[in-house]
Amino acid sequence: MTDISTEDVHHLAQLSSLQLDDAETEALRVDLENILGYIEQLSELDTEGVEPTYQVTDLQNVWREDTVDDYGISRDSLLELAPDSVAHQIKVPKVL
Amino acid sequence: MSRIADFIGVSARENVEKAIATARENEQFNALLSLSEERAFDRAAKVDAGEITGRLAGVPFIAKDNFLTLGDTTTAASKFLESFKAPLQATAIEKLEAEGAICIGKANLDAFAHGGSTENSAYGPTKNAIDQERVAGGSSGGSAVSVALNIVPFALGTDTGGSIRQPASFNGVVGIKPTYGTVSRYGVVAMASSTDTIGVLAATAEDAEIVLDILSGRDSKDMTTLPDFFEPKGLSEPRRIGVIKEFMTEDVDPEVRARTSEYIETMKAKGHTIEEVSLPMLKYALAIYYIVVPAEISSNLGRYDGIRYGARAEAETLGEVYGLSRDHGFVPENKRRIMIGSYVLSSGFFDAYYLKAQKARTLLINEFNKVFESFDVLVGPVAPTPAFKLGENTEDPVKMYLADIMTVPASLAGLPAVSVPAGKTEAGLPVGVQLIGPRRSDATLLALARQGEV
Repeated sequence: MTDISTEDVHHLAQLSSLQLDDAETEALRVDLENILGYIEQLSELDTEGVEPTYQVTDLQNVWREDTVDDYGISRDSLLELAPDSVAHQIKVPKVL
Repeated sequence: MSRIADFIGVSARENVEKAIATARENEQFNALLSLSEERAFDRAAKVDAGEITGRLAGVPFIAKDNFLTLGDTTTAASKFLESFKAPLQATAIEKLEAEGAICIGKANLDAFAHGGSTENSAYGPTKNAIDQERVAGGSSGGSAVSVALNIVPFALGTDTGGSIRQPASFNGVVGIKPTYGTVSRYGVVAMASSTDTIGVLAATAEDAEIVLDILSGRDSKDMTTLPDFFEPKGLSEPRRIGVIKEFMTEDVDPEVRARTSEYIETMKAKGHTIEEVSLPMLKYALAIYYIVVPAEISSNLGRYDGIRYGARAEAETLGEVYGLSRDHGFVPENKRRIMIGSYVLSSGFFDAYYLKAQKARTLLINEFNKVFESFDVLVGPVAPTPAFKLGENTEDPVKMYLADIMTVPASLAGLPAVSVPAGKTEAGLPVGVQLIGPRRSDATLLALARQGEV
């Protein structure tokens, strides 16, 4: 059984860019412990020397011509989606 | 049998009017998040004027709200994308429109397709089409209920671990999750890219076949698509069908087992050979799935940061904008999966969880390959129970995940699988049977499903 502490949840929330409140933090701590408890059953499986599977298409190196395709979407239509923009740039709060 | 046929050669305008009226009469099911009336009637007028023609000219359909469409919002049932208007359409939508089909609205789902009951929607759960106290299944719950209620003859869904098959089973309709790579994922909100598939929910297997035939094929906008192999066909000879032993244990609802056994008996009566088969790796499939898929989710959902599109939280610094936008925009299940993904990918745990799961995935695939040397098709239930009560599993995520235990194996291996209605329980709840085949056997599975319907 994996023990997950409140600090572990804070660390994972930071890795995940999630700003959680206290009630959410405790609920997630319990859920994560239960879910990890379930998936840990894989440890009983012998996978020595087995190659991992990352994709199931059998396709490799699918090439296309090196030409520009805008997929019919304009820069302006994408900028319109941004919550805030100025002078053809997306505007964000200060970084530092 | 085709319900689509009833909509062809008649007034497209009347088809759209009828579909929208039926949708309105059934608002209490909460199957739809939006209707795109203006665009639908505009396209219907063009069909009626002969400006748009094709195999589905004038046939109305509904798309799960994680397909980007013009006309109205694409929310993925999240607050994050509450007012998001897509600047482009998914390839699947474009292909259907090119054949004259008309999208009348968008179906409810678990937010970002994370769930098996549609209870994780930020806009409230969809009710089961047969019993409004029960779940629709998920995550394509709205799509399944729209077809079951006869609003439209078919709907688009996505299936990452059972999200088409399980709601199809809970509402008594046909659902196909094709071979991975059959249909372009371009313009569909990504969940877990190595198992995400686009598929169809329909009233009959023949209708599913008609639609999949249009959707399948290479797309230069999705480099994981396969060259078109899908060719509808009949069954020229009896098939060797394996009954999955691990799916017929006492953990499975007795009525689900009974309906499955009866379906298998009818297959036997049609001349197919039936034999029990064991796949011991199936017991690990759910654990593999809940490592691999959250890992991919944590990566794919990194894009929702409140900067380029979607809802941005008010905050002083950029870091707070990210953190608060994501906290407000995601439902609890989204956060659970993102954090599990962060955990299994983090340094120190990567080998023990993520790498281990991807190796176990290879063992599962090897086992399927071995079994398909002796069998053409595998059969078993879609889910261990019929539709459960609303709220029954929401307090316990692991209990909710267990509803996916029979659908995730085909997803991890990229195999096609079809959910076929196989009668009802005594209480009148639909039960679905699942047919699983080797990669690219989609047409055979649908031919078998058609045979079982007659």
